[in-house]
Amino acid sequence: MEKTLIKTIAASLALAAALGTTTVTMPAAAQTLRMAWSQDATGLDPHKQTAFSSLRLLELVYEPLVRLNTELEIVPALAESWEFSEDGKTLSFKLDGDARFQSGETVTPADVKASFERVLDEATGAAARANFTSIESIDTPDETTVVFNLSQPDVPMLTAMASINAAVVPASEIEAGTIGTKAIGSGPFKLDSWEPNQKEVLSANPDWAGGEVGVDGIDISVLPDETAILAALRTKQVDFALINDPLVATLVPNEASLELSRTPVLAYHVLQLNPSREPMTELAVRQAISCAIDRQDVLDTALLGEGAVTGPLTMPAYRSDPASLFCYERDLEKAKALMAEAGYEDGFSATVIAATGEPPTAAAEAQVIQSQLAEIGIDLDIKMMELNVYVDTWLKGDFDMAVALNGGRADPFSMYNRYWTKAGNLQHVANYIDDTLDSLMQEGREETDPAKRKEIFSKFEAHLAEVSPWIWLYTGYTYTAQRQNVEGFVPSATGTLFGLTEVTVGE
Amino acid sequence: MNYLARRLMTFPLVMLGVSILVFVSIRLVPGDAITAMLGTEAGLLTPDQRAALEAYFGIDQGWFTQYWRWLAGAVQGDLGVSVTFGKPVLDVILERFPLTLELALLSMLIALAIGLPAGIFAATRNEKPSDLAVRIFAMIGQSTPNFVFALLAIYVLSVGFGVLPAMGEFTPFLENPLRNLGQMILPALTLGFAFAAAVTRISRSAMLDILSDDYIRTARAKGVPARKVIWRHALPNALIPVVTLSGVEFGYLLGGAVIVEQIFALPGLGRMVLDAILQRDYALVQGSVLFIALNFMIVNLLVDLAYAMLDPRIRLGAK
Repeated sequence: MEKTLIKTIAASLALAAALGTTTVTMPAAAQTLRMAWSQDATGLDPHKQTAFSSLRLLELVYEPLVRLNTELEIVPALAESWEFSEDGKTLSFKLDGDARFQSGETVTPADVKASFERVLDEATGAAARANFTSIESIDTPDETTVVFNLSQPDVPMLTAMASINAAVVPASEIEAGTIGTKAIGSGPFKLDSWEPNQKEVLSANPDWAGGEVGVDGIDISVLPDETAILAALRTKQVDFALINDPLVATLVPNEASLELSRTPVLAYHVLQLNPSREPMTELAVRQAISCAIDRQDVLDTALLGEGAVTGPLTMPAYRSDPASLFCYERDLEKAKALMAEAGYEDGFSATVIAATGEPPTAAAEAQVIQSQLAEIGIDLDIKMMELNVYVDTWLKGDFDMAVALNGGRADPFSMYNRYWTKAGNLQHVANYIDDTLDSLMQEGREETDPAKRKEIFSKFEAHLAEVSPWIWLYTGYTYTAQRQNVEGFVPSATGTLFGLTEVTVGE
Repeated sequence: MNYLARRLMTFPLVMLGVSILVFVSIRLVPGDAITAMLGTEAGLLTPDQRAALEAYFGIDQGWFTQYWRWLAGAVQGDLGVSVTFGKPVLDVILERFPLTLELALLSMLIALAIGLPAGIFAATRNEKPSDLAVRIFAMIGQSTPNFVFALLAIYVLSVGFGVLPAMGEFTPFLENPLRNLGQMILPALTLGFAFAAAVTRISRSAMLDILSDDYIRTARAKGVPARKVIWRHALPNALIPVVTLSGVEFGYLLGGAVIVEQIFALPGLGRMVLDAILQRDYALVQGSVLFIALNFMIVNLLVDLAYAMLDPRIRLGAK
């Protein structure tokens, strides 16, 4: 409640700010980029961390074998080149001979092997392990070659290897048990210090094999209140910032000296139904809900229109025209007919859970959905929960419906295999599976031809939207705000800040 | 002295109660350090992975064992290790405490410097326009939420003047007093104003009460100058409720001022406790709540001792 009020006030204040502004010019710091974000990293172990900020920090310090460029294509990182065998069951990498860890040691195939063995070791507790379970063994035939032997063809694994959760760490540090306490990577920046929930100090790594970095270093401050971040940008205390809240982001362009960049992300806003609970067990009821929801209206009202309506597949290479999917045009008559068909012409009551502040617009989304579903007689009770409580409830599948912001991946299989395959780790949360979904996912996993993969997954998407276990809504943006002295930042749909390697800071 | 010793003896008992309460309540809240770290990705863990992480976070044992292990350390001054900071809990708390103490002291200073004179002034002008004005200001001060004042201050400075005290990187007082005060003044004013409003109201009504007492009338009749009546005869007695209020308020402030710390990005105790709860850093939550409880008890004790000093009729510990 208080938070919403803060935002309303801040919004009106900043609006007023746009009307009359005075600025005092102060010299900017020479070559260090001063950055701010509202949520800090939660740890330094690249194999264990999954929080957004942790990944963003660790991507600057560590490197995986390959990386996704801004087009989400796989490009070299520690590996110069790679190749799948004919049968898709071996994947070999050639390492960049120049790559060095920040301790000065060369990055060797042994480090790669040790890193993946660490991820696969259950005692590590790496959530990303689920992506690499088809690895049977790892060979290191010479000084620059690593060969992964797989139990089955696994094309999406290569994309999963582009994640910092598959970072290559020094075998010696694994041995010493210091992963997570010391951050020794091979990436563009060294982490000089970290004070949790306060600040990080990074300095450019002169020995980075990827080339020269445009700044001397990056100082990251944690400013928990995003309106304060805006004020800090305005008073030139900060050059560059990450913004989460669309309400704050939309205020940035009001200030002439600031630039906002918005990039569509892979993460999607979704209304998850629980098809194991009455009456969502009925296909007609789920479809009725899908037809009754005006996705564009939820987006416009709750998110100020900051995003785009989407089907299940959010990556540009696979994204389809949402209008072609089942009931993406709101159809109340059809919705009512479907409700009647299922025997619920008088509607029913259900509870929808949402996390406070995650995403910042969760409560607003739940309210708009509540009012839209009321029109077909569904009486929604909104239950707001602290994030951890929400996560706990969600993981137990203990909800009728859930407003969620779920992470996306560059590959459809890695993104959805957890929910929509029979063996999916989160099948007990999704609570819906049929043979069509399961077999299309398996086909997509093994197919190497991009055009055929696209065809397979577009069938998958159409079917998923039709059986409506969840109601996919839209994708939002990731926002960065910067002062005009910052040049060269290229954002990416994965949210990575790797583009900071190209940035220069002027006066 | 006897009284002091008896009061001090109750401390361990209260602390024990507090520790049990905190220990149980933080664990009753759904979610744990694993869900805090991984979010929904925690669902991808195999049972063995989960067990390994539970052992890492020290939540693999039963509650009783966990508590016993923690208590055994705590009595020796070892409050455990914070998993988010990777440091002993006590170190983390002691790093944050100077800021919180400084903020509390500054706010109290501001509150008393404004509130006391304003309250006394209003009392001597009972029901006159100036009294009314003070009362209206006090009303506004008390009913304006902290964050409104804080955001207004930030807005006026950053937009109107293009300046803002440095945020993000906090400078300790001993390192650079000027820069430190620059950073602390806005948060202190934010907290101090609301506090001052309360002090004004309490000191005004206490003063009014005393001013109608017989002994004041006698003093006035004997020709004691008005100023002396107020400051020498009335004030000491009027101070008792002010001391009570300040004590309680100061105790709260020592627990950290979450909202103000959040807005001004100050690394104080309040934000630390909030983050610790959100990240389910059990050891840090337990340690810091205990620390805050201890502070509160000490402040309360000092308040009670101050009563006796202000009013000789109050004899502490008398049956």
